[in-house]
Amino acid sequence: MAGMTSYDHDLPVPGESPSIVYDPNHVPDSVKSFVVHMYRHIREKNVYEIHQMYENSFQSISDRLFKDSPWPSVDAVAPYVDNDHVFCLLYREMWFRHLYARLSPTPKQRIDSWDNYCSLFQVVLHGVVNMQLPNQWLWDMVDEFVYQFQSFCQYRAKMKNKTEQEIALLRQYDQAWNVYGVLNFLQALVEKSMIIQILEQEKEGLEQFTATDGYDYSGGSNVLKVLGYFSMIGLLRVHCLLGDYHTGLKCLVPIDISQQGVYTSVIGSHITTIYHYGFANLMLRRYVEAIREFNKILVYIFKTKQYHQKSPQYEQILKKNEQMYALLAISLSLCPQVKLVDETVNSQLREKYGEKMLRMQRYDDEAFALYDELFSYACPKFITPAPPSYEEPLVNYNQDAYRLQLKLFLYEVKQQQLLSGVRTYLKVYSTISLGKLATYMEVDEPTLRTILMTYKHKTHSVDSDGKITSNADIDFYIDDDMIHVFESKPAKRNGDYFMRQIVKLEGVMTDIDRIKLEFVRKCTRLKSSSSILFCPCRRASAELNDLSHVHSASTNTSFQSHRSRALVTL
Amino acid sequence: MGREMSNSTTNQKQQSAMSYTVEQLVAVNPYNPDILPDLENYVNEQVSSETYSLNANLCLLRLYQFEPERMSTQIVARILIKALMAMPAPDFSLCLFLIPERVQMEEQFKTLIVLSHYLETARFRQFWDEAAKSRHILEVVPGFEQAIQAYAVHVLSLTYQKVPRSILAESINIEGLSLDKFIEHHVANSGWAIEKNQNKGQLIILPSNEFNHPELKKSTADGIPLEHITRILPILG
Repeated sequence: MAGMTSYDHDLPVPGESPSIVYDPNHVPDSVKSFVVHMYRHIREKNVYEIHQMYENSFQSISDRLFKDSPWPSVDAVAPYVDNDHVFCLLYREMWFRHLYARLSPTPKQRIDSWDNYCSLFQVVLHGVVNMQLPNQWLWDMVDEFVYQFQSFCQYRAKMKNKTEQEIALLRQYDQAWNVYGVLNFLQALVEKSMIIQILEQEKEGLEQFTATDGYDYSGGSNVLKVLGYFSMIGLLRVHCLLGDYHTGLKCLVPIDISQQGVYTSVIGSHITTIYHYGFANLMLRRYVEAIREFNKILVYIFKTKQYHQKSPQYEQILKKNEQMYALLAISLSLCPQVKLVDETVNSQLREKYGEKMLRMQRYDDEAFALYDELFSYACPKFITPAPPSYEEPLVNYNQDAYRLQLKLFLYEVKQQQLLSGVRTYLKVYSTISLGKLATYMEVDEPTLRTILMTYKHKTHSVDSDGKITSNADIDFYIDDDMIHVFESKPAKRNGDYFMRQIVKLEGVMTDIDRIKLEFVRKCTRLKSSSSILFCPCRRASAELNDLSHVHSASTNTSFQSHRSRALVTL
Repeated sequence: MGREMSNSTTNQKQQSAMSYTVEQLVAVNPYNPDILPDLENYVNEQVSSETYSLNANLCLLRLYQFEPERMSTQIVARILIKALMAMPAPDFSLCLFLIPERVQMEEQFKTLIVLSHYLETARFRQFWDEAAKSRHILEVVPGFEQAIQAYAVHVLSLTYQKVPRSILAESINIEGLSLDKFIEHHVANSGWAIEKNQNKGQLIILPSNEFNHPELKKSTADGIPLEHITRILPILG
């Protein structure tokens, strides 16, 4: 598809469906109806309806009428929505997103989309927006904004086949998708929304944000706040694309990923957050942290992906799922802490990468090729943020950023080459002299000391506060020339798990109490009008307001089925 | 290699005022090409006052990424040396992630990468040999030797309960009387002890920590913050 676009007008790629001629001014009835209803729902703040139309109607109309052509132009639909400026910006945002998804944007379209985001964000930043939009849409805006930035950098870096026209356009519109612009918009949304302060105050009970999923129930707008919130994740993503993992993680600090939050209210945002968080930790050598988070999200996706099968995000979810399995395989090969991984995830992992992981731990040439393969498959699409020098000969440099990150990653892997050999021996002995181990490993003692110290250094990561944590499953200390081995397992974070189960159980027991109460009421009402009722199990002529007569799991019938049958006879 | 740094009180006040402003800039307005000169000056200030700021240096490396024609390799070299001194933190790698490959091919950077490699793989003898050859690159940053020696002691403390004197000497590149003084200083201030071994000479007993004394490891990893408990207090009560 690339390289076959025309630059002067918004036409679909030639040769695809010659029978459909795109007329940007033709507005089919379904589109008319769509924009009219969407506009009304936005004005009336019917968030649920907006969400339905945004997720479902837009998709189905696109599938039916706009499979490989853009939606009608904004000028054509504007009359149906009172030429509302903000609605038109929103419509254009969806218009461009559809274009990027189904077609290939022309250079001019890329620039126009940037202009649209500028206008849209400026309106939001001025604080004049009074809408409530679904979190899904607000997330998609930020996500798409970063995606189009990444796409533009990739496009711009492929200089080799650029025409004079294209280069002239790029030079003329040098502000479009400028890295400063992108970062400053995201930063501005974070700051203007005061989201960091809101989250801080929420911890002290002075604000409500997470509890309402970001929605404003006092007549205000959720748009700036939630865009600000999602922009923190946007900043994490952009910094990862630049290779600045430390700052990326800093941007995410206000969000507590050990808890549910607005970031989990949209599955796309949940996955993107954890994917980048995990990747950044992997590059920072905090392997245990990466493994923990990848494990959690992969369990979550495993349990919930069936509910997203019809959603437009499904493909993305599956793709990220596969990539995170690859990253988990890498992390576990560098830091074998299999006990941190759930059984469901482990069995999937063994299926997909079991054999490869065995080979990766041999640290021979084949192993490095596998690390290369998995990293390249799973890594973000790194970018070179600087525009090219248009004077120099035109080359493609879109792979430069990726090649640098890969090279440095493999360099780190190589430094850890000798560690798996040490690990094998440490697993077998509880004490062993340096001399003996040196003989077994076929190195001299000074070299062995070096290798052992490397093991210690590489398995003890430093977090952003300077605290040292051990990543090692098997560890040791040396007393003069004797090595003493000990096991060192990072604690499974059971505390979190117990907390969640406690809350869940409380919920179930509240439900049971409620059902009991309803049941008693019904029985008391009927008892006054009819004769003795008894439980269908006939095990007791219990009058049914004696609910101590319950059924344990050991009887074949459940309390639930008794209740329903009893109600029928009543 | 060490230089004597004497800061007058006014100098110190000026410097701390400057660092306050730069840190503010980095926190509040980091994506701004205009702060590039301030960040460069701040690097030089870190060098001369033996302080360090990873955030500010990463910010500058990012700006260099956005506008490669403004990059000063001299400043980048200083940032990298400072990052080496921050070991065991992975700061050196973090900086490399942001420096274009062709810049990393320059001679002085190749040397620094080799030095980092030796430190990462605990090859202290090779490190000090190479560092001696590259004195001209390293001596611009005061405190370099001491910082690396601190890193070496850190790795030894992770690994050994008792370490032979010769191993210590090789790791920190100090011998003879200077080494005696060094050990004395740590015995007095850092909880070191000395044991005389019949055959092999001195053994240095390093302070106990959870990494060289497994019995000291506390399971604090499974702590739950109080604010999470408050949510279930109504249930428990």
